[in-house]
Amino acid sequence: MSTQSGLFAIIGKEFRRFFTDRRIVFTTVLLPGLMIYLIYSVMGNALQDMMVIDEEYQPVLYAVNLPDSLAGAFSSIGIDFEQVEPGRIDAIRADITDKKADLLIVFPADFDERVGRQLSGEQGVDPPRIEIFFNSTRTESAYQYQVMRVLLDQYKTALAPLFAVNAGSDSSMDTGGAGAGSSSGAGEEVDDPASGELPSYDLATQEDAAGFMFASLLPMFIMVFLFSGCMSVAPESIAGEKERGTIATMLVTPLARWELALGKIISLACIALLSGLSSFLGVMLSLPKLIGDATDELVGPVLYVLSDYLLILAVILSTVLLFVGVISLLSAVARTIKEATTYITPLMLVVLMISAMGVFAQGAAENYLFYLIPAYNSVQSMVGVFSFSYNPACILITVGANLAYTGICVAVLTWMFGNEKVVFTK
Amino acid sequence: MSDLVQVQGLRKTFKLSAKQRKLENTKQTLKVAVNDLSLTARKGEIYGLLGPNGAGKTTVLRMLATLIKPDAGEAWVDGYSIISDPEKVRASIGFLTSELKLEEFFSPDYLFDFFSQLHKVPTDVSIRRKAELFARFGIDEFAGVKVANLSSGMKQKASLAISIVHDPDIVIFDEPTNGLDVITARVVTNYLEELRDQGKTIILSTHIFSLVEKLCDRVGIIIEGRMVAEGSLQEITGGEDLEERFFDLYSASVGEVV
Repeated sequence: MSTQSGLFAIIGKEFRRFFTDRRIVFTTVLLPGLMIYLIYSVMGNALQDMMVIDEEYQPVLYAVNLPDSLAGAFSSIGIDFEQVEPGRIDAIRADITDKKADLLIVFPADFDERVGRQLSGEQGVDPPRIEIFFNSTRTESAYQYQVMRVLLDQYKTALAPLFAVNAGSDSSMDTGGAGAGSSSGAGEEVDDPASGELPSYDLATQEDAAGFMFASLLPMFIMVFLFSGCMSVAPESIAGEKERGTIATMLVTPLARWELALGKIISLACIALLSGLSSFLGVMLSLPKLIGDATDELVGPVLYVLSDYLLILAVILSTVLLFVGVISLLSAVARTIKEATTYITPLMLVVLMISAMGVFAQGAAENYLFYLIPAYNSVQSMVGVFSFSYNPACILITVGANLAYTGICVAVLTWMFGNEKVVFTK
Repeated sequence: MSDLVQVQGLRKTFKLSAKQRKLENTKQTLKVAVNDLSLTARKGEIYGLLGPNGAGKTTVLRMLATLIKPDAGEAWVDGYSIISDPEKVRASIGFLTSELKLEEFFSPDYLFDFFSQLHKVPTDVSIRRKAELFARFGIDEFAGVKVANLSSGMKQKASLAISIVHDPDIVIFDEPTNGLDVITARVVTNYLEELRDQGKTIILSTHIFSLVEKLCDRVGIIIEGRMVAEGSLQEITGGEDLEERFFDLYSASVGEVV
């Protein structure tokens, strides 16, 4: 074993340094994933609590001059108004502001009559106005408002069917947000032209929808976690060893400088990958809680095939190597860990910006030259794979370019380890 | 070949930063740390590089260890050039200075194995050598303890053992007794004599006259980067006190000590 090259000795030492230190393993591998999972889960639950209305909840609804034509329809679908005199309007409005009441709907006294005259084509009649008062900061109130608008719109369309847009599809209630489902029942009662089976107008396949979701969420997450994974290990291992004077001890042995540079980059990349993976798992596990149960439907079927996963893995590996390479260079320039962190923070912002550009570019770029831009190429490749629209050549260029850049980093780092100004700068 | 270390006309300059210029009250941007320095150390002797702080002793030793490169001149260590064959040079020397630290997280036991690997020592040889050296310095008792938890004397012993994992023919030792308690210092100097008796070549730097008188077979006196005298202790002192001889040389090259 001892006669093996110094490269393996360096990799072995780095792994031993990392994996036998329980505190470091905990803070760089377990903690990020755990924290993300906990924070996102709590956030997700809190968000859902805000959006979801208790099924048992009885809304407090008031109506002024509720016309007979509508009163029956409303009560038959379980919407019961307390009918009040116009004189109480101001008091109820105050209650809505104070969140004691959910909604007040005010019809003109002669609503039915005026609607009838409108329908018969009589000239000079103003269309009757309905006023709905609600409180947008109260979920229950906002929801009742949406329901009311949709019902009244459907009623209007049913009375004078000039044309209909996506009538009867469940997307007509999308504005309602949480608790959808009551609309179809309500629609039928108000004479829904397309009662019965609901047609789907959104022609995106389930696969596309999931792909779109993954492509817009994951690449950015992955880039951030990979970078912070690299950032949590490389400065300590390079600037730290410089600061503590332990790197020079290795440099007086016959160990080749390239063995030290490459050994460091390989081992740090592995550890950074673990740290990034932990964060990534944290996100994936908390995703259902964060964006709702809809994910189960989307993610349910096996969407991606093995080759997709392998491509993503290749992109991630090459990206981690590149990140570790660049961060190692900055750490070698720095005299202390603190100084290294100061150099790396702006780089992180740049990587974030480039990654965001890659995500917002929407869809994978066609031009091969884009795949030579570090970070941008990784994001674009991942967007391509996640949205089922990748070009294998682009991914090959990405991985090749990242490996080539890493090679340059190893070469520069090798030169730096042989440079007395770098190693002995105080 | 008995001249195991040959140094010819080594020169090393450092750039001075604005701050350093101010501190040293000089307008020069270059400081000549080592100036046209030559020396020869033979097999089986302890060679002492004697000089005040800042004379350039450490710079010379670092150049011999190939950690820094000379601006001019050349040196051969065990027949290998420090400029064209640095890896071979490093393979044939053991270099020890208080500036080279052991990673605190690891135990002497692991570090011995690690440095044996870096020196490409075969496993069976390294196991045997570890047993010998650890027993010799009493490291056995704390071999499994993290370096961070060792006393400075224990650390120094561990560093010494680890710097010679590969049984080098040449040992270069910068200020061997600096910062050591009297007992550890004694262990170190005794061991250096033991190494000499085994036929190793030892080059050490120091500013302590008694250490030179006690240990060294030959001495080079270095003042402001120049070798002002070199020879056996007898040749240098002519039977006089080494300290007196040193200050004669010092006033001749720099001026009277105020």
